[in-house]
Amino acid sequence: MAAEAGGGHGPMSQFEIKRYVPLDLFGQDASFTNASLYMVLAVLLITAFFAAAMRNRALVPGRLQSVAEMSYEFIANMVRENVGDEGMKYFPFIFSLFVFVLVLNMLGMIPGTFTVTSHIIVTFALAALVFLVVTAIGFARHGFGYLKLFVPDGVPIWLMPLIVPIELISYLIRPISLSVRLFANMMAGHTMLKVFAGFAVSLPVFAKIAPVLFTTAFTGLEFVVAFLQAFIFTVLTCIYLNDAVNMHH
Amino acid sequence: MFSVITAAAQAVTEAVAGAAVEAAPHASGGLPQLNTHDFSPQLIWLAVMFTLLYVILSRVALPAVGEVLAERRERIGRDLAAAAKLKSETDKALSDYEKALADARSKASGIAKEKRQSLADETEAERLKVEAQLNAKLHEAEARIAATKAKALLSVNDIAAETASAVVGKLIGQDVSVADVKAALAAAGK
Repeated sequence: MAAEAGGGHGPMSQFEIKRYVPLDLFGQDASFTNASLYMVLAVLLITAFFAAAMRNRALVPGRLQSVAEMSYEFIANMVRENVGDEGMKYFPFIFSLFVFVLVLNMLGMIPGTFTVTSHIIVTFALAALVFLVVTAIGFARHGFGYLKLFVPDGVPIWLMPLIVPIELISYLIRPISLSVRLFANMMAGHTMLKVFAGFAVSLPVFAKIAPVLFTTAFTGLEFVVAFLQAFIFTVLTCIYLNDAVNMHH
Repeated sequence: MFSVITAAAQAVTEAVAGAAVEAAPHASGGLPQLNTHDFSPQLIWLAVMFTLLYVILSRVALPAVGEVLAERRERIGRDLAAAAKLKSETDKALSDYEKALADARSKASGIAKEKRQSLADETEAERLKVEAQLNAKLHEAEARIAATKAKALLSVNDIAAETASAVVGKLIGQDVSVADVKAALAAAGK
């Protein structure tokens, strides 16, 4: 009950939105919250990183520049492999998605911070953006021919009444699966960490070692998850984009 | 020992229960993530921040990285092309050198041959000249010998006549003139 009064030390209290500066934008609540803070922080970090890395634009890169170039090549190769050279037009969007999600995930790994990507509304908004962008590209490139995506080749005509709705649903469910995957992974991981860290506090001294060890190991795993989920989010975006650009089924 | 285990089990149970209880107030009001009042500020800030990030990355950061990578690729390609060009130049220079060397060699052997020929010709000419001179001298000498011989042969008659006149004069005890002897000889010669 003390948790309720004191703002909370429960495993879920880390997900609470705190309004630091109440703001109002045309009647909409646009308060500067802890989520806003970490989004601003992420953008600042990424900008500062690239500014520092590309300061010299050296022919033989230093450490920071190597990391910047590696991240560039990493995502560029991902786009090329999944979408082809046509997809390189959308590379800045894919890259922005990747670094934004990755940095938000990683910032969340610092104890005491807030994980923006553990909120379904944020991940859903990103996934919906991907969905809208991909669908818009699909229709822009193929017109109504894009609807053929729901009519796979080589399927007997009598199966169409079954296949087309399935394809349509699987297409429409993409923003949900994409957003829930990221959100659920981040929330579950951080909740688990908090629960077991809580055990380390509440258990008697001789038993503390087990949750401490577990939490330590699990923190390592969470770093992997933080990277992996950013990677998966980006790869799936590329795969969706491939449908829209090339219509390979 | 047993009591320790029970105490531990009890502590775990209490901790789990405590966590559940602590989570409960939020659960009753829903997860913090499902609080719709918090959606609006998050969406607005997300839209602003993601747009800002996209603009920064697509306008400034990524072109910078892309340019550096392209420049490096171009530089490496240019260096490789330059290296290939230099290599072909080296090969050409080497073949030129070899050709020049072969030319010089053939020229040198030509010159040597020519020189040898001219020397041989000169020697031959000199030899012929010397031979001609020797021949001339030989002829001259022969002529001289012949002349001397002829002259000597001419004198022989006189000497023979003188000797004969002297010998005859001694034999017959009276002087016989040389002219008589000569006439006698000339008569005998006929």
